[in-house]
Amino acid sequence: MDFSLTEDQRMMQESLSRTLAEAASLDRVRKFAGDPTDRGADVWAALTDFGLPGIVISEEYGGLGLTLLDAALMSEALGRAVAPVPFMGTVLAPLALRLAGSAEQQSKWLPKLASGEVTAAVAISEAVAGARDGAGVTASGGKLSGKALFVPGGLGADLLIVADTGGALHLVEGGAAGLTREIMTGIDLTRRMAELTFDKVAAEPLTGGKDVLARLRDAGWVLLAADTLGACDVMIEKAVAYAKERKQFGRVIGSFQAVKHLCAEMAAELEPCRSLVWYAGYAFDAAPDESSLVAAHAKAHLSEVSRFIARTSTEVHGGMGITDLLGLHFWFKRVGLNRQLLGGPERVRALAAQMQGLTA
Amino acid sequence: MDLRLTPDMESFRDEVRGFLVAHQDRYAPGAGADRPREAAMEWQALLIDNGYAARTIPQAYGGYGAQPDILKSRIIAEEFTAAGAPRGFANQGISMLVPTLLEVGSEEQKTRWISPTLRGETVWCQGYSEPGAGSDLANLQTKAVEDGEDFLISGQKIWTSTAAQADMIFCLVRTEPQAPKHDGISYILFPMTTPGIEVRPLKTMTGSAEFNEVFFTDVRVPQSAVVGGRGRGWFVANATLKHERGMLGDPNATEARFAALIDLMKSETVDGQRLIDNPVMADRLMALQARLMTMKFNGLRTLTASMTGESAGMAGMVVKLQGCELNHQIAALAIDALGELGVLYEDGPHLRAKGSWQRNYMFDLGLIIGGGTAQIQKNIISERGLGLPREPKLAVV
Ligand SMILES: Cc1cc2nc3c(=O)[nH]c(=O)nc-3n(C[C@H](O)[C@H](O)[C@H](O)COP(=O)(O)OP(=O)(O)OC[C@H]3O[C@@H](n4cnc5c(N)ncnc54)[C@H](O)[C@@H]3O)c2cc1C
Repeated sequence: MDFSLTEDQRMMQESLSRTLAEAASLDRVRKFAGDPTDRGADVWAALTDFGLPGIVISEEYGGLGLTLLDAALMSEALGRAVAPVPFMGTVLAPLALRLAGSAEQQSKWLPKLASGEVTAAVAISEAVAGARDGAGVTASGGKLSGKALFVPGGLGADLLIVADTGGALHLVEGGAAGLTREIMTGIDLTRRMAELTFDKVAAEPLTGGKDVLARLRDAGWVLLAADTLGACDVMIEKAVAYAKERKQFGRVIGSFQAVKHLCAEMAAELEPCRSLVWYAGYAFDAAPDESSLVAAHAKAHLSEVSRFIARTSTEVHGGMGITDLLGLHFWFKRVGLNRQLLGGPERVRALAAQMQGLTA
Repeated sequence: MDLRLTPDMESFRDEVRGFLVAHQDRYAPGAGADRPREAAMEWQALLIDNGYAARTIPQAYGGYGAQPDILKSRIIAEEFTAAGAPRGFANQGISMLVPTLLEVGSEEQKTRWISPTLRGETVWCQGYSEPGAGSDLANLQTKAVEDGEDFLISGQKIWTSTAAQADMIFCLVRTEPQAPKHDGISYILFPMTTPGIEVRPLKTMTGSAEFNEVFFTDVRVPQSAVVGGRGRGWFVANATLKHERGMLGDPNATEARFAALIDLMKSETVDGQRLIDNPVMADRLMALQARLMTMKFNGLRTLTASMTGESAGMAGMVVKLQGCELNHQIAALAIDALGELGVLYEDGPHLRAKGSWQRNYMFDLGLIIGGGTAQIQKNIISERGLGLPREPKLAVV
């Protein structure tokens, strides 16, 4: 029994953080946020050198062949850096191909995904979080029609994995005729989402139905929870550092108990979450029976804790916390988006109750 | 991360399960605040003899004498929780005095006190807090004045749990009034029947007298009853306070309580609708389940740290604060689920679970305060965990 990260996992996480510190510095993030045409190609190139695109792709196809826990640790580092890359498709698309793709589809796409030559995005929001504004994609005669909203990384992706209203999955090439994409700008400018419109777009079916979709959803929940965890860590670190240096009434504000207790509450709320995220990542591969429930709880609970931390960290910073100058808002908004993507906490908890047969 | 157990550990788990099934008819709840009854003492003896209680305490002192094996202890805890089997005694004598004696007691003190404490024959109370020394415990004023071979102890303690039932007290007294406040304290053991001791029950909001005020007037105690050396009491007490805090946030106990809450919400109905089918209630239940999971996995993480001899750091510091709060929240949800039934307290046809949810809800608030309040825990987390400065000392006026 060993509930800890391996030396390899720790080293890999640190090494990604170092890569990101250079390739996705706060200045670089700021520039990305200010320019909707910026696709962050240089950041992606650095991550490709690191091997990130192949993280869960088997070695046979040129990937690293690692587990979802490893991917979650990477996601955490990306959240820490508020890195301007959509990571979800990088993990979920290869998973979809592994679980439900034909041998042909796998050998066509996986090597290219692993090398970073092509990127992928998954459009499963309606199927998981529910359809808004009449969105939803229907399949008929090998063609897709309808709309998919809130697709992270969907603007530039060469490959799209799309869930239809019945929960079946389809593979669509980025250049397919009848597909149009539009930017959806949200509060979190470090990741842009797409609105995809399908007008009789040619698609290849993936085998497997709702069970595969559920696996993708679970993996997505874990990655979002991990990204949130990383972002929360930074918000606490920033609050503590600020409290040690900012002076009022002739003392550093960190010596006031009101401020100390805010910091302690943030740390006390977050620390046990780290264990939940690790376990959720581990369970995805090692304990599939429990995986959906712990993934749901990780997603929903981290959303709640992060809202508290985002608010509290900002308050500890006083007026500075609200300014664009400090940049704390990048993390604030990052966790804000993570909270809603693939379902807000109430929806996810309702699913958690159903999974256990507690409710109908 | 690899949570699989070795075949050895799996067979140990089977062994524990086997024991629990075989002795199902002898389960007896462990004594908490009360003097243990005969059935509880027999169950305790059975647990000790089989290594499920007092596991690592040397046989010479009445324990089972196994090598420390944190994983085995964990398996025992898990299996007992899963079976709903009582874990034996969890009183202050066992959780605080015994580890203290093992660490710093004299040979004579260990031989004399550990075994009867483990078996429930000797019941202890903890005389730390005073009216003017709660959170600021080092400020305690109960004085012990030398008189030949003895001390004469005078002063007052308060919040002393089980003092009315206890045979003995482990008590902090000031022996060196001139010394700085942390250096003048001694940790001393004496019988509650010693002349000059008066115990006055303090009723709590639960309606029973779970703790007491204790008054000392020239209580004569031999100096040889000091544990760990004269003037060393503060360090002696602190060495074991962490045991109390770890125990107060134990996720195993919380898990059992959560399972009971699920059962309650499945069986209770309002207008024919099960509480669990009320979306707001189900949502609150799930939110607590997530918290419970965080604490459970946090427990596995601290367990791994102690197995490898590392410090659990922040993961260890948050256990008391978060664990006690979670227990209180679980009881709070149960009361809301019970609605008007949740305010009943006297025995009667409508009372559920003998009023234990109501009692827990109130008593858990006490546990949030006892053993170091939530605020004191936050001071520890922010100062020792996050490195924030201590509050400046007041200028003495
Ligand atoms: C159920 C129960 C059982 C107990 N059993 C025992 C026992 O068996 N033996 C024993 O010796 N004691 C026992 N205690 C006493 C317990 O240890 C104290 O109640 C506790 O340490 C708090 O002290 P106090 O009650 O004097 O509160 P105070 O110290 O007066 O605190 C009052 C409030 O002020 C806050 N406060 C105090 N100092 C600070 C600070 N520095 N920073 C921020 N906030 C502060 C506290 O957090 C609290 O909110 C028990 C208490 C309870 C509730």
